[in-house]
Amino acid sequence: MTTEAPEKKEEERGKEESFFGLFLHNLWSANTVVVTILSIFLALLIGAVLIVISDSEVLATFSYFTARPSDALTASWDLISQAYADLFKGAIFDPAAVQAWFDGSGDWKTALNPLSETLTYAAPLVFTGLSVAIAFRGGLFNIGGQGQAVIGCVTAGVAGFAIGLPAGLHLLVALSAGLIGGALWGFLPGLLKARTGAHEVITTIMLNYTATLFLGWLILQNGVQDPDRTDAVSKTIESSAALPSLPQPLRVHLGIVLAVLVTAGVAWLVNRSSFGFELRAVGVNPPAARTAGMSVGRTYIWLMVVAGGLAGLGGAVQVLGTADRLTGQVAGNIGFDGLLVALLGRNRPWGTLFAAILYGGLRAGGNLMQVDVGVSLELVTVLQALIVIFIAAPALVKAIFQLRDARTARLGASMAKGW
Amino acid sequence: MSGVSTTTADELAEATAPVRFWNRQRRLGAALVIIGLIAAVIFGSLADSATARFTLSEDAEGAALSINGQFGAILFGVVTIATGAAMLAGVAKRWQTTLLSVGIVTFVFSFLCWQVAGKFLPLVDTASGSLELALPLILGALAGVLCERSGVVNVAIEGQFLMGAFGAALVGTLATSVWAGLISAVVGGVVIAALLAVLAIRFLVDQVVVGIVLNLLALGVTGFLYERLMQPDALKYNAPPRLPEWRIPGLADIPVIGPVLFETNLLVWLALALVLVIHFGLTRTRWGLRTRAVGEHPTAADTVGVRVRGLRYLNVLLGGVVAGAGGAYFTLVSTGAFNKNMTAGAGFIALAALIFGRWTPFGALGAALFFGFAQKLANYLSAVGSPVPNQFLNMLPYIATIIAVAGLVGRVRAPAADGVPYVKS
Repeated sequence: MTTEAPEKKEEERGKEESFFGLFLHNLWSANTVVVTILSIFLALLIGAVLIVISDSEVLATFSYFTARPSDALTASWDLISQAYADLFKGAIFDPAAVQAWFDGSGDWKTALNPLSETLTYAAPLVFTGLSVAIAFRGGLFNIGGQGQAVIGCVTAGVAGFAIGLPAGLHLLVALSAGLIGGALWGFLPGLLKARTGAHEVITTIMLNYTATLFLGWLILQNGVQDPDRTDAVSKTIESSAALPSLPQPLRVHLGIVLAVLVTAGVAWLVNRSSFGFELRAVGVNPPAARTAGMSVGRTYIWLMVVAGGLAGLGGAVQVLGTADRLTGQVAGNIGFDGLLVALLGRNRPWGTLFAAILYGGLRAGGNLMQVDVGVSLELVTVLQALIVIFIAAPALVKAIFQLRDARTARLGASMAKGW
Repeated sequence: MSGVSTTTADELAEATAPVRFWNRQRRLGAALVIIGLIAAVIFGSLADSATARFTLSEDAEGAALSINGQFGAILFGVVTIATGAAMLAGVAKRWQTTLLSVGIVTFVFSFLCWQVAGKFLPLVDTASGSLELALPLILGALAGVLCERSGVVNVAIEGQFLMGAFGAALVGTLATSVWAGLISAVVGGVVIAALLAVLAIRFLVDQVVVGIVLNLLALGVTGFLYERLMQPDALKYNAPPRLPEWRIPGLADIPVIGPVLFETNLLVWLALALVLVIHFGLTRTRWGLRTRAVGEHPTAADTVGVRVRGLRYLNVLLGGVVAGAGGAYFTLVSTGAFNKNMTAGAGFIALAALIFGRWTPFGALGAALFFGFAQKLANYLSAVGSPVPNQFLNMLPYIATIIAVAGLVGRVRAPAADGVPYVKS
């Protein structure tokens, strides 16, 4: 876009400046951190507009805006600030509850509840996010996270209530069942891609809905459906298969610890292992990787198996950690949210972990916002999508805020390739 | 490297081998023989030996085509085997498509004989129901044709449907006019299309990413406004008038076809007309030639003076118009009220129809009708209490598409530049 010359000049100038000057200079340039923060800001701004235009009481004050603008402005400001304050209180901490804890009038559980909720929602997103991120690094776009998570839910859930084992072992078996189920659901598009060249975006989209329909059928079958219920609900998983959690009412469970460990594992796999090297090579340039003696097809298959396994594990964590039983909606939207999380985390394992926690926080805060000021939880979906739209189009953010070019410009448009 | 079918090592081996015995025709023939055997043996043995009536009306009354269920299941299964055997034996290539179609249709008949034995299937109701269920799929797939033939991948059909359905419900109710609703449905579709166009063409964002994210955005925005506006006060915001059914005198009296095609709503005619118009436009007009050129080889098109980006903008927005009208189906035809996530994946079935129909208007129409029929059949079977779970029939569009892109039934190929942003160098 810009020519080489001015950039070079700025670089030279930067060398002469002090550390502090450099910092200030970078502060308003289009680097990853600034673009991410500004994207979140822009998303919250558009969210605020949506909150105002959907509130009939506040809209009523706008009808006499020219006569008394202060009414409309204070009403809008009150509503928006209350909604976003709730978002914060529900996601991180509520100052009143923390105060009560220190006074001794409240207990630590209430004070920590927001964080617990955030991490509870974040745990499955870490897995589905990693699934998408690792596939991206290998040049594959795994939209099938949703389907793989659904199958992971199914296999983990069935293993959770159909077999009886001692406590630790049962959990291990159920988690592995989720992993294997997801891996198999990922293997299929990987195999088709390697053998026939069928584009993974198309096959995984189709497998998402196939998985959901399969779940809808399975939970109505004898032996799976809860015998005491007539609606589509499965039996409850045995307590020996449930992920251990903190005492009630805190819901955060071992899944988030597992998520951190798996993130470390994926980071090692991508950056340090020979498979990771191969997958990155294939992701950057398949013909070159083939020339270098790597089997592109085999890498695709293993990559989809790993990605599917991760998403399946996410589904398993969802069932064994929070849901306790299979329903038609048990996987919620974790697969598609994982996609957003991976994009926000820029397909890096640790970035994905933090993005998942951010999205978990939005979700947890959204719950409080809905209860408290009646702003629908759907606003969170809007915010999540908007953040990623701005992240994916850094040029847009750059143009809006007149940012300088970044010194280390790693923000290209995300990989653009066709079917 | 951007095609639905990228070349694989196996294919290169295929190219050098002189003639393989198991060519595409023989593989298809073998597949037909196998499903024919399934039909004749399994469907035949499971079917009751009772009359299956296919009535020529909307209910059990009137004239009907009748056949013994078990006999029919076996008979049609045998016909399927025969078509498969003919393909195995190696008939002339020009008969291949005909034989394949006959084989698949007789397989479906065999299945129907098994299911309908001792009951009845109203043909008019089935046909009009299939067409109605196919209606959004036709429009959605046509939107996809417009976008993708000019080289912009459109996975945001679902989002365009949702915005269209929402716009139709909201404005249709406020203006108490179904036509205002229809127009705002189009506007809703165009809004998402404009976002897609700007982000994909101007800001070069990966088009699949944009599409998926726009779907989530549309889901969030419509869900949010639904819960804030429509749920508290449904009468004021969410009670749009329905699209009226029109009857063309004379033509509507033709048996079976009449009531299906000539006693229906405007949207059906619009969809069918659009298939013709877009087919004609793509193959016979200057716009179509340019669109195809831009979708296959934008650099060449640019060299001869076609404005690549401008044409892509135009086509994506036109796609938004068509998909938005498809969204109107959900609120103005089907249910008469908006609901959260009411499209429930129809946009993705439309995408499947687009791919299954090989990126052509008539292919899309055929695929959409086939998927609509599968859905209608699933509804019918669950209503009569069939042992075949309707979830498996609902999987049919998705599995058929996977089979199609995997090249098991002939290869499908996307436009060469589909999804590749054009940057003038």
